[in-house]
Amino acid sequence: MAVQRLGQYTVQLSRPPRITAAFTLMGPREGAGPLGSYFDGIVDDYMWGETSAEKAERKYLEQAARRALQAAGLTEHDVDCFIAGDLLNQIVSSTFSARSLGIPYLGVFAACATSALALGLAAMLVDGGFARRVLVATASHYQAVERQYRYPIELNIQRGATNQYTATGGAAAVVAPPEEGAGPRITRITFGRVVDWGVTNANDMGSAMAPAACDTLMRHFQDTNTTPGDYDLILTGDLAKVGSKVFRALVDRAGVTLGGKHMDGGASMYTPEQWSGAGASGSVCSMAVILGYVYKEMARGRFRRVLVLPTGCLHSPTTWQQGDSCPGISHALVLEND
Amino acid sequence: MDRDQTAIQGAKDYQRLVQQLTPKPNAALLAARAFVVGGTICLVGQFVFDWFRFRQPTEGEAIAATLACMILFGVVLTALGVYDDLGQLGGMGAAVPITGFANAMTSAAMDFRREGFVLGMAAKMFIIAGPVIVFGILAGTLTGLVAWLAGGR
Repeated sequence: MAVQRLGQYTVQLSRPPRITAAFTLMGPREGAGPLGSYFDGIVDDYMWGETSAEKAERKYLEQAARRALQAAGLTEHDVDCFIAGDLLNQIVSSTFSARSLGIPYLGVFAACATSALALGLAAMLVDGGFARRVLVATASHYQAVERQYRYPIELNIQRGATNQYTATGGAAAVVAPPEEGAGPRITRITFGRVVDWGVTNANDMGSAMAPAACDTLMRHFQDTNTTPGDYDLILTGDLAKVGSKVFRALVDRAGVTLGGKHMDGGASMYTPEQWSGAGASGSVCSMAVILGYVYKEMARGRFRRVLVLPTGCLHSPTTWQQGDSCPGISHALVLEND
Repeated sequence: MDRDQTAIQGAKDYQRLVQQLTPKPNAALLAARAFVVGGTICLVGQFVFDWFRFRQPTEGEAIAATLACMILFGVVLTALGVYDDLGQLGGMGAAVPITGFANAMTSAAMDFRREGFVLGMAAKMFIIAGPVIVFGILAGTLTGLVAWLAGGR
């Protein structure tokens, strides 16, 4: 069997599968942000009628998944596999959604880089013939994530310039063989290494993740022999404002010029008036920007080839309280129109 | 990419780069906001105290009644979802007065209410305010001990 790899780290898909349908279902704050018009559904109520934030997050994930299936004109029986992840302990939002969807389930975790991990694995399963179609989903909820990782919601905490605000919402996509409909194709995947440059401040996830994004980007360029000029957009996940600056400085130091090609999902989620510190984070953040903004702009033909680079901060409240630094990860996907 | 490709030498060097690129907090503005928020809370406290001072037999009882009232204000503002905004605005100005202590207890109690009254609310109520109680008792015991050894009452 032919090896479908480029260089040391990159996967080259032979018949690149497509994202044939996508659905982004976001909270009110995200809906009021600059990307609000790109989302498929805005829920006015954070809690969505549920009695807890955890139940609400689950609902966002499951409803996004169901509506992505609907958008593709499929039912639960038409997909062979459900790949999902979220930020809550034991990825409960994903598992509980999988319980009601009844599709064979692969739970994955890469914090806020879960989007690229799930989409990449789905593309490989489809391309390898191990699944005909795969449903992919992630979600996060401000209140559920905040109380698990940080403080009680109503506590008087003053957040600074590097703090990020967890986005609320769910986003899902159907990955299918290229002959099934339109939509961008996932052509190459570079799974990242866990990179840790010793950032111990869990309130500065952007700088904890920036080295991982830079690492994966450099390896991707080297493996594929491409430069920023070969892409219409290079989208990092949720480095947010401070992390993006650090990322651009690192890339610059490594001798690569990004030009005006770089955009960050976390830095683009909220307006300056919506107080959010450095910007958004959360496992729905990069997924919603990919499946909302990038997906729709690719359909309109504004972008032809996009490199998406979601980033995740892999610490837990326990590890940082024990003084460990925050490891970062970033997975890269190339999305291409025909 | 390896670290030397970016000419970053170790965690300290990276931290320096991060600090250069992180916006500096405006200390004067933060201090002014803390002063206004903290000062307003204390002003309210003073009014409440003055009100009780003419209605309670002793100053000690007026102080106790004032503290109880301020705790109640902190609880109500937390329950209404206002106190976290005061914290964002005023920082320590909102955290240090006793209303901030009430907020720490109430916010935790509210968060964990859904995990039940006993193992949720009652047990987790102290996750933020617990240390204040522990070290408060410790400091009280130590100063009491010192005062007793020094021959005071």
